[in-house]
Amino acid sequence: MSELRELYQQVILDHNRKPRNFRVLEGANRRAEGYNPLCGDQITLYLNVEDGVIKDAAFQGKGCAISKASASLMTAGVIGKRVDEADALFQSVHAMLTSDSSHGDSTGDGVGKLAVFSGVREFPSRIKCAVLPWHTLRAALSGAAAPVSTE
Amino acid sequence: MSTITRPSRAPDATGWDVERIRQDFPALHQQVHGKPLVYLDNAATTQKPQAVIDALTAYYTRDNANIHRGVHLLSERATDAYESARRRIQRHLNAASPREIVFVRQATEAINLVAASFGRKAVGAGDEIVISAIEHHANIVPWQMLCEEKGARLKVVPVDDRGDLIMDEYARLLGPRTRLVAITQVSNALGTVTPIEEIIRLARRENIPVLLDGAQAAPHQAVDVRALDCDFFVFSGHKTYGPTGIGVLYGKEAWLERMPPYQGGGDMIKMVTFEKTTYNDLPYKFEAGTPHIAGAIGLATALDYMAGLGLDRIAAWEHELLEYGTELLQAVPGVRLIGTARRKAAVLSFVLDGVHPHDVGTILDHEGVAVRAGHHCAMPVMDRFGVPATVRASLGLYNTPAELETLATAVRTAREIISG
Repeated sequence: MSELRELYQQVILDHNRKPRNFRVLEGANRRAEGYNPLCGDQITLYLNVEDGVIKDAAFQGKGCAISKASASLMTAGVIGKRVDEADALFQSVHAMLTSDSSHGDSTGDGVGKLAVFSGVREFPSRIKCAVLPWHTLRAALSGAAAPVSTE
Repeated sequence: MSTITRPSRAPDATGWDVERIRQDFPALHQQVHGKPLVYLDNAATTQKPQAVIDALTAYYTRDNANIHRGVHLLSERATDAYESARRRIQRHLNAASPREIVFVRQATEAINLVAASFGRKAVGAGDEIVISAIEHHANIVPWQMLCEEKGARLKVVPVDDRGDLIMDEYARLLGPRTRLVAITQVSNALGTVTPIEEIIRLARRENIPVLLDGAQAAPHQAVDVRALDCDFFVFSGHKTYGPTGIGVLYGKEAWLERMPPYQGGGDMIKMVTFEKTTYNDLPYKFEAGTPHIAGAIGLATALDYMAGLGLDRIAAWEHELLEYGTELLQAVPGVRLIGTARRKAAVLSFVLDGVHPHDVGTILDHEGVAVRAGHHCAMPVMDRFGVPATVRASLGLYNTPAELETLATAVRTAREIISG
């Protein structure tokens, strides 16, 4: 049960029940779809990027508690960050989620609130749920000048 | 709750002793996350009785050789064991001849074989294949591929809100261009038992051949392909308490004779020159390359095991479990069963209000309960019922009422953890 509590921390449950930035972002200039064909998790991520800074971020979609909370906390975490900072955050979160906990490294230093996801790595089948929004973020950022309307 | 009747775990009048039967399955006796394993993922694959494990070991320990070609004793023994496995399966299905029993990897390959071979021969532009809305992807995609290649059309029998096929629509879809009806006997995602007798009767009236996907039926009931008068029947060994990597295509000899080979290679030929190859007789024409010899022997052993328990008694026990599990789950707040067909087999598919199936699956796993959470390789079924995924508990002959109680309790726990 303690492992389960590590996975389903109150912050995660709260963001699952009341996801932040859960809306269509009007005037977004970046958009990407994320889909996990194994479990059916689906996310649409909207960004408004100006002068290399993520001015606003929002998402829509269906998914489990982990993926929804991850998207919620991620959008909250990247708003106001420069694109390179968001990318660095992706690297830190990814390292935290996929590192071998027995080595004790990468416990989530530098990821702030996102450290609540450190319990996910004990659940190998659920890591992809937590990572999905982040891969979608990368896709949206690398989509460069691709306007939303062409989707 | 007082209306719930708990099936007896004690040996009943028919001698069904589930505790003794469980002793035959070594994998059931282990702990996961510190809890006794409750294995309820039987529609994905079943655990194996010791007899099957022993048969595989005995084959590799004593008889291992290639078949149909050695002049030496081991090859003769391996060939005998392989061919007697074929005859065992022929008897299990009540097929007219062992020539009608083709070994494949699993039901998926059997359907692909029919799509590639029968389809190549019998389906052309403008022709139609009829399937249903509750098929596994394995009984959708091969036909889509065939239709795309041939310019044929896929027709889909719809289902009602319970998960029953709408038979009036089925009758309407049959027409002069229908070349094949390919329908499941039991839905893997919903547990619906389809009215195959009526499906076959209506198709027969129009001289349309019928393929039955028996992957989810064969583990739970007796099958008589001659009484059914189906043209093709497919099932997988690993869902019927046998090994993975072995499955069966039954086909009426008249069809198999007319169908071209599926794959080319050894064993499927009589004579090869660079100018021309003469294909082998049935069923070898469809068995290119060295087959899964041990798998075939293991599957025959699994069918012996099931027959020893009694196929009708397996069905009766699982039916009791299904009714009990249905009542238990319906009593859990927030549970909605997906698939409430009039006739069902061994599947409890459900969603839990406010909790995604994957979170349910993870929490159940921590309570020792193994279920599947997802779309069950039946995404059109999920679309039809407006859910992205379900939790599926699927029953086997060794499950117990107590295990279903553990399931129901764990589902309540999941709701508490996620919804607070």
